[in-house]
Amino acid sequence: MWGLDFSQLDWNEMTQASYDTLSMMGYSLLFTIVIGLPLGIILYMTARSNSLVFRWTYRVISFVVNILRSIPFVILIISLLPLTKLIVGTTLGVTGTIPPLVIGAAPFFARLVETSLREVDWGVIEAAHAMGASTGQVVRRVLLPESLPGLIAGATITAVTLVSYTAMSGMVGGGGLGDLAIRFGYYRYEKEVMIIAVLFMIVLVQILQMAGDRLVVHFTRK
Amino acid sequence: MIELKEITKVYGSKQKTTTALSGLNLTVEKGQIFGVIGHSGAGKSTLIRCINLLERPTRGEVWVNGVNLTRLGKRELQQQRRRIGMIFQHFNLLSSATVYDNIAFPLKLAGSDKAKIKAKVEELLVLVGLEAHSAKYPSQLSGGQKQRVGIARALASDPGVLLCDEATSALDPQTTDSILKLLLDINRKLGLTIMLITHEMHVIQSICDRVAVIHQGGIVEEGPVTEVFLKPQHPVTKEFISRDVAGGEPLKQAIELLKPKGIGIYRITFLGTQTYESTLSEVVSETGVHFAILQGTISAIKDVPYGQLTVSFEGKPEAVAQTVAKLQQRELDVEVID
Ligand SMILES: Nc1ncnc2c1ncn2[C@@H]1O[C@H](COP(=O)(O)OP(=O)(O)OP(=O)(O)O)[C@@H](O)[C@H]1O
Ligand SMILES: [Mg+2]
Repeated sequence: MWGLDFSQLDWNEMTQASYDTLSMMGYSLLFTIVIGLPLGIILYMTARSNSLVFRWTYRVISFVVNILRSIPFVILIISLLPLTKLIVGTTLGVTGTIPPLVIGAAPFFARLVETSLREVDWGVIEAAHAMGASTGQVVRRVLLPESLPGLIAGATITAVTLVSYTAMSGMVGGGGLGDLAIRFGYYRYEKEVMIIAVLFMIVLVQILQMAGDRLVVHFTRK
Repeated sequence: MIELKEITKVYGSKQKTTTALSGLNLTVEKGQIFGVIGHSGAGKSTLIRCINLLERPTRGEVWVNGVNLTRLGKRELQQQRRRIGMIFQHFNLLSSATVYDNIAFPLKLAGSDKAKIKAKVEELLVLVGLEAHSAKYPSQLSGGQKQRVGIARALASDPGVLLCDEATSALDPQTTDSILKLLLDINRKLGLTIMLITHEMHVIQSICDRVAVIHQGGIVEEGPVTEVFLKPQHPVTKEFISRDVAGGEPLKQAIELLKPKGIGIYRITFLGTQTYESTLSEVVSETGVHFAILQGTISAIKDVPYGQLTVSFEGKPEAVAQTVAKLQQRELDVEVID
């Protein structure tokens, strides 16, 4: 078929690469949410505050987030190599890719969180205050449940972005499908490997998006 | 009980400021339904939001249930707010929670245990007539049902005071009446003090005991609804009432026609059981004066019936004077219109 021969494909390598991509995406998504969600909440809360201290907190965090988001991801990986080594002890393999992936994606997710929280009806938040809710209770019992569909949509976008980021981090020694595609397809002209690897990534993104959309629908009450 | 002392609220800072309330004083007694009426921008919402300090007054003191709220720290204020229920024009329900969970919300905030929450929520569902809808989400309810959920939620923590910010303004007339009836019910059953703000005289007339008229950030008139409603003093009050009762243009035409002929025009007010008695016809048959009704209303304020007739008296001046005197002897309120 089109001069392609899939019989020579090393399926073991393909399986390993798929597994690597999934773990890079999975772990980094986990840590991105763990860091990005509180960061997004802080951005939302401090932006609306009347206190001068909090407004400055917002400006500082917002500035750092913007910087992290404007650096091209490849450059971020390379410049973070020493930090990565410090945090996880290696810059290689799946483990070595997680810190840059998280540092690259968490600010992005934090902005998505901030935007979803802003969508929450201010009247409902006020009603909670009128009922004697503390700030923590407003976050846990109003902001998060009310913005859940938006947060899930944000996590889905972030997961998809992470899949494409894993392709880049793979080049710096992480492995995974993207790495495989580039190594075989680009450097060795083995188009078959590249096609299958890319196909796998497409399928992964489709599955992520579908699952995310399903969850959003499931949790939407409007 | 609610007491506002010298409340001033200034919005904005530096260059652009709006004074929404200026040195406002107000007392609402326990168990009363107190209405505040005013035009758009008069400061109604600001006033009611100052009571639970959703809006912090620039100056002045807010006392609720004997506590000076303006003096409290954050924690203590949260505690006190649990004793003050509030319902809103746009309901402000949690869209992600069922009717049951919305009503349970204040109890969860207070950390009540599950069994206690269940008992309370079920009792409230019955009170507001939503037993069949407890598992629904707010988006599946009508406006009136949403407000019922709002009322049940506000009552969950057994507040002594209920604040209503234009609670019926987003509802159609029938639903408005059913919500007003519910408010009156809970006021009677639970002895709840209710303060409501509205721009509709109808709301005041249906359920309030006392009314205050707010204009440009101050109270211009205040008193029992019957008094304010039947004998309005301030132009703003008159405007609100004439839109609801006194006939406006047609009456003016009648007055213009009759006045030059030297025919006296009077407004007679009947209150309570007087409304159903034949006093007027008895008196005129005694004095021999003829009358024509130029305009008239018979209605009720809360549950007090009243009638207000604007009449012209034709006859000898002495006979007319005697008629007026006799009506007043019978404790009717007679007012000369000119
Ligand atoms: N958050 C705010 N910032 C600045 N000005 C405000 C704010 N809220 C209200 N105002 C101003 O204060 C005045 C009183 O407003 P308020 O909302 O209390 O009026 P209202 O009587 O409730 O009117 P409506 O019937 O339209 O709701 C208005 O002039 C309004 O523009
Ligand atoms: Mg208002």
